[in-house]
Amino acid sequence: MSRIGVAFDKARADGRAVLVGCMPAGFPTVEGSIAAMTAMVEAGVDVIEVEIPYSDPVMDGPVIQKASDIALAGGVRTADTLRIIEAVAATGAPVVTMTYWNPIEQYGVDAFARDLAAAGGTGLITPDLIPDEAGEWLAASDAYGLDRTFLVSPSSTDARLRMTVEHCRGFVYATAIMGVTGARSQTSDAAPVLVSRLREVTELPVGVGLGVGTGAQAATVAGYADGVIVGSALIRRLLDAPDLDAGLAALRTLSAELAEGVRNPTR
Amino acid sequence: MSADVTTPAGQFPDSAGHFGRFGGRFVPEALVAALDELDAAYRKAMTDEEFLAEFAALLRDYAGTPSLLYPAGRFSAKIGARVLLKREDLNHTGAHKVRNVLGQALLTRRMGKRRVIAETGAGQHGVATATAAALFDLDCVVYMGEVDTERQALNVARMRMLGATVIPVTTGSRTLKDAMNEAMRDWVANVDDTHYLIGTAAGPHPFPEMVRDFVRGIGDEARQQCLDLTGGLPDAVLACVGGGSNALGIFHAFVPDTDVRLYGFEAGGDGVDTDRHAASITGGTPGVLHGARTYVLQNADGQTVESHSISAGLDYPGVGPEHAWLHDSGRARYQPVTDREAMAAFELLCRTEGIIPAIESAHALAGAVQIAPQLAAELGREPLLVVNLSGRGDKDVHTAGEYFGILDKEQ
Repeated sequence: MSRIGVAFDKARADGRAVLVGCMPAGFPTVEGSIAAMTAMVEAGVDVIEVEIPYSDPVMDGPVIQKASDIALAGGVRTADTLRIIEAVAATGAPVVTMTYWNPIEQYGVDAFARDLAAAGGTGLITPDLIPDEAGEWLAASDAYGLDRTFLVSPSSTDARLRMTVEHCRGFVYATAIMGVTGARSQTSDAAPVLVSRLREVTELPVGVGLGVGTGAQAATVAGYADGVIVGSALIRRLLDAPDLDAGLAALRTLSAELAEGVRNPTR
Repeated sequence: MSADVTTPAGQFPDSAGHFGRFGGRFVPEALVAALDELDAAYRKAMTDEEFLAEFAALLRDYAGTPSLLYPAGRFSAKIGARVLLKREDLNHTGAHKVRNVLGQALLTRRMGKRRVIAETGAGQHGVATATAAALFDLDCVVYMGEVDTERQALNVARMRMLGATVIPVTTGSRTLKDAMNEAMRDWVANVDDTHYLIGTAAGPHPFPEMVRDFVRGIGDEARQQCLDLTGGLPDAVLACVGGGSNALGIFHAFVPDTDVRLYGFEAGGDGVDTDRHAASITGGTPGVLHGARTYVLQNADGQTVESHSISAGLDYPGVGPEHAWLHDSGRARYQPVTDREAMAAFELLCRTEGIIPAIESAHALAGAVQIAPQLAAELGREPLLVVNLSGRGDKDVHTAGEYFGILDKEQ
């Protein structure tokens, strides 16, 4: 079983959900992003999701767009992302990579899978790669023992849910709302429905993302999902801070609040 | 993915939207249901007599097609080729775009959706979409890069007159690609009641195939008109290529005519050997952008790089996947035309024919200037060229005025 699978099993045994925290690689700088992700782990984030910054992130709202732009303007390269993954994996937390497809295709799918595995990454979350187009990635992830997390949506048909989970390994990512990333004031009504539909077709752990930004929301999502995925709310702590130290402090505070939330699921 | 690239394009794409190794669907899962719904509606419509009759009537009575095929005598004499201009500039709204939006607006109504969104570069597609939305009583939101809203202010006003909401996009390079990103984000969030009316033969399946089919009348008409006028087929068919819908529209009917050369002219900007151009095929590499695998202007890490062209409508770092495939198969040839060459051809058409072309279409005219001598030498006679005059230049008069320095100081 993959390290992500172990983390989900352990959390399930403890009667809580896994907290997944997302941060773009190279934001605000390469070293700064390593510091941020390390701070998140220390404050109770179970799994770190490293997003490879991309010039055209169509699934992302304004916060992640801005952070990605800052990272790219700073000159971060795909190779830097692998270095960041290696550094964060050294903390002991499982590190999963979220990436739009073109950067991987340009690096070389097999080469990226090889280097990701060597860096200690567990696998990929692919927001714009559906299993229908994933032949090369299916082969490479098998070859290097990596997890594959495809997304499912409230609009997915039952047939597509079944097909998608058959191609997932590690966990499946349920998008809670129809929309892009970004914290929202209310959690979604569609998410619990989607998760229960998934339960009928898979034993895989289900992570729910899009819109979660507070401890209370994390507790609500933890009530029906195996993993709570938080991105924009964490990233905003760094964007809004006057300097990196203040940002890291704010990041620790929110990480701890979210970690408390996933430990107290609302059922 | 193992399609034979030597097969004529008429049989492509495959059922999943692949043109050889290009095309497909690289989209969030959230959009798959909507794309499947669109695909089903489109395939049903294309065999539905009622739909086809309604589309044909709109094209004839509202858009003003078939457009003329005009023998441009004075322009021909200047360049050493017999040039027939496909006058898409005379269509309602001033470009070939109206064909596509009427087809997609009819589909939108059939799918029971009440809102359309669109991206636009030069504003021609935005104006066409706003026009169809007014005609079909649909809500309309157009995303347009902030840079483009400034250089195409007249078209912004036209869209607003037609009742559309124009949203300037301030992210990224603030041009067409960023407008497309914002439209995709809107669509993901509002897919239940909204159709994304993509303006070119790009994006995820079924858009490249569907848009081509809605604009293929350009080539169907031109082929018959050329036969009627000259008794034969042309030596070459020429079009400008940004996303590539006007080019596919005029190429499609000629693809099986293997003696007819097909030429696509990309926006070479300051030159493809500089970093300021929009020539995705001649200056880019295969990658994934906006839902499809195609040629893309990108760096080694797969980050899209900014394109440049004096023509807002060609200023896009990707190209429709069918063009990528026509290029790889060798059936069509793609060449860059610089800003300077395009503007020279723009002026030449104004002065010889009394026709102000869109700067986009001026790239095809410049292409005719480029290839006329070599084709004449190859054939040993004056070549017969069909050039797609895809749009009119009213919207470009300010840009051209600045370029040629003919505006009064206070303007």
